[in-house]
Amino acid sequence: MASTETTPVQDAGSVEAGLDALETTATGRPTLRQTFVNKILPPIIAIAVVLAAWSLLYPVVDNPTKLPSPTAVGGAFKDAWLKGDLLGYIWTSVSRGLLGFAFALLIGTPLGLLVARMRFVRAAIGPILSGLQSLPSVAWVPPAVIWLGLNNSMMYAVILLGAVPSIANGLVSGVDQVPPLFLRAGRTMGATGVRGIWHVTLPAALPGYVAGLKQGWAFSWRSLMAAEIIASYPDLGVGLGQLLENARTASDMAMVFEAILLILFVGIAIDLLIFSPLERWVLRSRGLLVKG
Amino acid sequence: MATTLAKAAESVAYAARLEHVSKSFATPGGQQLVLDDISIDVAPGEFVTLLGASGCGKSTLLNLVAGLDRPTAGSITTDGRPALMFQEHALFPWLTAGKNIELALKLRGVAKTERRGKAEELLELVRLKGAYGKRVHELSGGMRQRVALARALAQESNLLLMDEPFAALDAITRDVLHDELTRIWAETGLSVLFVTHNVREAVRLAQRVVLLSSRPGRIAREWQVDIPQPRRIEDAPVAELSIEITEVLRGEIRRHGQH
Ligand SMILES: Nc1ncnc2c1ncn2[C@@H]1O[C@H](COP(=O)(O)OP(=O)(O)O)[C@@H](O)[C@H]1O
Ligand SMILES: [Mg+2]
Repeated sequence: MASTETTPVQDAGSVEAGLDALETTATGRPTLRQTFVNKILPPIIAIAVVLAAWSLLYPVVDNPTKLPSPTAVGGAFKDAWLKGDLLGYIWTSVSRGLLGFAFALLIGTPLGLLVARMRFVRAAIGPILSGLQSLPSVAWVPPAVIWLGLNNSMMYAVILLGAVPSIANGLVSGVDQVPPLFLRAGRTMGATGVRGIWHVTLPAALPGYVAGLKQGWAFSWRSLMAAEIIASYPDLGVGLGQLLENARTASDMAMVFEAILLILFVGIAIDLLIFSPLERWVLRSRGLLVKG
Repeated sequence: MATTLAKAAESVAYAARLEHVSKSFATPGGQQLVLDDISIDVAPGEFVTLLGASGCGKSTLLNLVAGLDRPTAGSITTDGRPALMFQEHALFPWLTAGKNIELALKLRGVAKTERRGKAEELLELVRLKGAYGKRVHELSGGMRQRVALARALAQESNLLLMDEPFAALDAITRDVLHDELTRIWAETGLSVLFVTHNVREAVRLAQRVVLLSSRPGRIAREWQVDIPQPRRIEDAPVAELSIEITEVLRGEIRRHGQH
């Protein structure tokens, strides 16, 4: 009754193989040379330009108590290194920062999940949580000193208050942006309740969560520096914030610059070593990273 | 034939049975009746296409059968939880093609040691042997839908629901996937309820075409499609029946313009 001479089914396999080959493009990783030219060279040039401008400006200002020379600042670094203090300053602050951040992670994650999933909790504390993000965390230093005294707990409290809202909000927006299609697909496969959260909601919300972590770290580091500068107290050990405050009281401008540069570089380094790779990995594995 | 069918009928006489199903949604303008008194039986191993204009309630109906939503009236019985395939592939981008399939196996309770092998088998069934470790974004549209089909098959349900799964594909790819679906349906003995607004696609694939009218969605007519498989979408008998069905569909749509 119909034209059954053709054999479309056998034919389909070969056509399909051709289509598959035509439609997929090979994506390779960039070479070492490309990475150097595109990623490493530009910041090196930028730093060189800043140093050059600084060297030119120094004789114009001609006042080492206002603008120290690049060599004086370099000397401050060298002294601290030779005395064996440099790594100690860094470690004091970084260990505080990372430990505080870890606590913030432990609190912020379940909190974010609660706010995202429970309508009542969201209505109750959702707006406060996003409002807290815009409160400069340095504002928490005075009350934290009064509540907890001049000690490490107070530093951690300030970090938590700075980072928890970012982490929780990141997770909330991550969960909010999960495409409903994924949830429906999960449900038809039997991923409901806790299994749905574990297998679908959380992995789908990961990009937003990681963005929250990144911001949470930036806030942790800022609040910690504020706490160290304001609550500088010898027994607490000298972190980078205290170093800056000590330099100010000693009117040692080279040391002030040293401290500021250290704070900047450590913040950048942690981001570059931990959070940016994490973010890139999450985005790349989902095909969300557009190659620049 | 009658005796064997009667024997099968004692265990499961249908893969899905919809009895007087109605669905209305609460809208700002009051209750909107989307589906009205739909009764359909899908026999085990049967391939049924549900045809209707956009917005007539096809997706709503499939969601009801999939158990994602409840009917306002009537009852739906299925033999186990049906698998559902969407127009968008709905694969999880954080998993590879193979792991997407393995997740379906895991949620079904398949032991960890068996999952990998089964996933590879299913990929082979949809002719994507080398795609196990591929990320979703590395696959073409047609390949994604085939992985999605493999994932749906991994659920090992007796009923596969498909909601315009090939609508977003180009004509050549769609054509090939029609062939594949027909082959896999014949190999697995699945029952399929396939939704589409494309008349030729409906005729190309189905043993039975059910036409839905719009606003509210009601069963307008049914056609038995006796053209033997394998068919091609450009075959003369497919075209003939498509023209007949299109005329009825147009008549249905025309009624809405008259008042
Ligand atoms: N959750 C909902 N709430 C209100 N109206 C809905 C909802 N889902 C679908 N509809 C309405 O039901 C009708 C049918 O939709 P749908 O089933 O998606 O149609 P189709 O899949 O046939 O294109 C549409 O008019 C749509 O606006
Ligand atoms: Mg639809």
